[in-house]
Formats: sequence, structure tokens, C-alpha cells
Amino acid sequence: MTAPFEPGRGYELNPAVALRPEPFGALAYHFGNRRLSFLKAPELVELVRGLGSHRCVSEALATVPEGRRDVYLRALASLAAADMIVLQAAGSEVA
Amino acid sequence: MSAPADRVPALAEQFKGGLAAPICLTWEWTYACNLSCTHCLSSSGRRDPGELSTAEMRSVIDELHSMQVFYVNVGGGEPTVRPDFWELLDYAVASGVGVKFSTNGLRLDAERARRLAATDYVDVQVSLDGASREVNDAVRGDGSYAMALRAMENLAEAGFNGFKISVVMTRHNVPQLDDFAAIADRFGAQLRITRLRPSGRGADVWPELHPTDQQQREIYSWLSDHGDRVLTGDSFFHLNALGGSPLPGLNLCGAGRVVCLIDPVGDVYACPFAIHDAFKAGTVRAAGGFARVWRSAPLFAELRTETSGGACRSCSAYSTCQGGCMAAKFFTGLPLDGPDPECVKGYGAAALSAAGGDPPRTGTDHSHRGREVPLGMPSVRVPAKLCDLSPLAGTA
Repeated sequence: MTAPFEPGRGYELNPAVALRPEPFGALAYHFGNRRLSFLKAPELVELVRGLGSHRCVSEALATVPEGRRDVYLRALASLAAADMIVLQAAGSEVA
Repeated sequence: MSAPADRVPALAEQFKGGLAAPICLTWEWTYACNLSCTHCLSSSGRRDPGELSTAEMRSVIDELHSMQVFYVNVGGGEPTVRPDFWELLDYAVASGVGVKFSTNGLRLDAERARRLAATDYVDVQVSLDGASREVNDAVRGDGSYAMALRAMENLAEAGFNGFKISVVMTRHNVPQLDDFAAIADRFGAQLRITRLRPSGRGADVWPELHPTDQQQREIYSWLSDHGDRVLTGDSFFHLNALGGSPLPGLNLCGAGRVVCLIDPVGDVYACPFAIHDAFKAGTVRAAGGFARVWRSAPLFAELRTETSGGACRSCSAYSTCQGGCMAAKFFTGLPLDGPDPECVKGYGAAALSAAGGDPPRTGTDHSHRGREVPLGMPSVRVPAKLCDLSPLAGTA
């Protein structure tokens, strides 16, 4: 259903998804497929919110401490698989 | 479906402290109902004169929108008998508050089904408590099976994919689990099964209708095989003590943590199965509205603290079953920190036979005022007034 996750490309929060701040991080709700996901760390929430302003996922990950990059990479991959984050729209892609 | 980070507690642990807003908010729009199901958890039938007005309903929807409650489970009574039902549905959807409503099918004719199929953010849940007319109508009343099936046909014909078929599991329909799944497949629907609670009129029939120990094992094993395709809410976490891997679904009591109920008169309860003063947290009509109740009610604060586990603490299964369902214990007269009446280790049955006195009853009773004349199954209700038979009686 969804394309494979490609950390070399730019992603952003799906416009159909709303984030609700929660004590543990945030709850993500996809208005299109009515799925809920849980972002289980405040740092991950920041990463997801800021994703659209980076040229690629790897660049966004450079903003978090090295020791946690792997775990967030896996988290982003699962968010992409759930359609919560999507490839940046063609028009907004940085050349 | 969740995104792991390092060294964070399991989600169920995080939920215990409560959320900024509920995830599973049930909102009952009226106590009026055309049916008189024997197990009705809210003892519905007649409209309450104090039910929220259209304007009050709209302001609650506004509040849910600002709290980012993304969807609500609307029920009743039969919610579609409210004259402003469709107007409120449209208002909620336009406000970004999705609606899943439960219905017995009363108003779902072909035209309405087509309109629903064309509306985003709306989901429909048709109640069916038997995969055959006999089993269903014995609980829900004569004609209710045909009405539900007609509604499902209309939804399927209109192209409404993935609507829900909601089944309360009883001693008579556990053997029909595969048949329910087949009905769901036939209509392109999704099956949802829930636990019979001794709440409302359910208290009267629970002793005869709740699944046997053997049937509880059948439910567990059926869910282990089919659970990924079936919705259960937080119904069956007490069965996790049967071992193996935990069932899919929410494996803790969500009351006051991720779950709550707004009843038709605006009272807020910890859970839809706990309509009783002991679990009433406040009202949406008071200053601060629903948000204040959710965030500040002392009852909710208490439910969000770690429970002692009481008599169950020393049981090896406590970490998997969490002591079971609060409402099931309360309405069978068992202590809240003791075993669930349907404890799979058998402690509930022992506690039930030891418990004396009358268990508490659901706080409000809106049952139709007819005489119940049991004539085997189904029972026949003799209305006190002819207009009691009309689903719209008292709603004008």
C-alpha cells in the first residue's frame, strides 16, 4: 500500500494527520484511515513536527543525539508504514 | 502501530496516568429507544426530560473539537430517534469530530445509507446479538434481527465499506462466533465483540446469560486466532489470565484514563458500564464543561493512580488480567480490589457465592413502563400506554 521508507528523501507529517500533545509525547490521528498512532517520546514529536523543513530524513536525524538516531529511524519507518508521515509534496521539495 | 523510542514504559503503563483527553469517549445522545433489550447497559427506553438541548449538544461538540477529541462513540438509547440527530451528526463532522454511532438499524433506510456512505468521518455500528433470528430476538426483541439485517443490506448496497457489527457475547451466541464473522464478510463489514456486563437491565439477565467458563476459553481461543480482524475495545483483558500471548486490544481498564461516558443529561461517568453515583465525575453543564471534569474531577484523579490489587495481588495472573472489570465487580456486589466475577482462575465464582446482600443497581432507569410478561423466549412486553410503542414517544 505504501512505498518503502527512504531516509535519503524528504518526508513530512501527512496533512491528514493531527498531533495531540500527551504526557508521554503525542497521539497521532489520521483523519483519512481513522488510525491512531502513539509517539512515545516528546523528542520524537519534535522530530516529526520538524521533518518537513529538512531535505531528507537523515538530515533531520542529525538534530538528535547520536545514540538515539537508530531508534528514531525505526520509529519514523513505522510512522511512514502507517501513512502518518509521507514524502514531501513535489512542489515543496528542496532541490 | 506504535512508534517505539528507547526506554519508555509500555503504552498501557503510560495510559494508567490518564491522557489529555479521552480516546474512547462514549456519548449517549438519548435514553429513548424503540427496543427494550433485556441486557441494556443503560436501562434505556424512555427519553429523559432533562436531556441536553440541541444548543447544549453543539457546545459540547465545540469543546471536544478544542480538546482534540478526534472521534466519539455515539450511542443511547437509540440515538437516531433524536429529531436533531442528523443535524448534530453533520455539525460534529464539520467540526472535525468524527462520529461512530451505534444503532439497532431503525432509521437506516436505503436513502439514509447512501447519504452516510457519502459522508467522511462517520462510521456506523449495527447491534446484533445473535447470528440467527431466534438467538438475537430473545435478547433484543421481536423483529430486531430483521431490522438490523435490513440496515446492513442497505449500508452494503450503498457501498458503505467496513461498517461495524457489534455483538454482546452471551451464553447463547458464543457458539455462533464463526457465523457472525460470516455475516460481517457477507456485508463487507467488521465484527466487534464485547463483554456482557451486569450493568443496567443487564444485572437481571447476567446470571443466566454470561458465558460459561468453557465458553470464556472458547472466546479466548477464537480471539487468539481471529483477533486481528475483530474489534474488542477493552472488553476481554480479563481473559489474558488464560495464558499465552495477550489478546489484541486495550489490555487494561480504561475507565477515567482513556475511556469515559457523557450520558444524555450531560453527566460524566468513568465508563459507559458504570452509570452510578459512585462513578459520576461531574456534569458538562457545570462551569468549565467537560474539559474541567476530565482534567480535574477527584474521581478521575483517583482512577489514574495505581490500584492496590487487593486480594488479587498475590495471584500469579494479576499482571495479565489487572483484576478485571470495575463495573462487572461493582454491579455483582464484589469489592473493586478483588477478583472479577468472571475471573478465569475461579476466584470470582467463589467470591460471588460468598457475597451477601443486594448488589448496587444502575443509578437511572428509563425502561419502558410496560409489564414484562415472560412467555418463554422472547418475552412479550405489554405497553402501559399505546404511545410507549412509538420510538418517538416522548421525544417531541
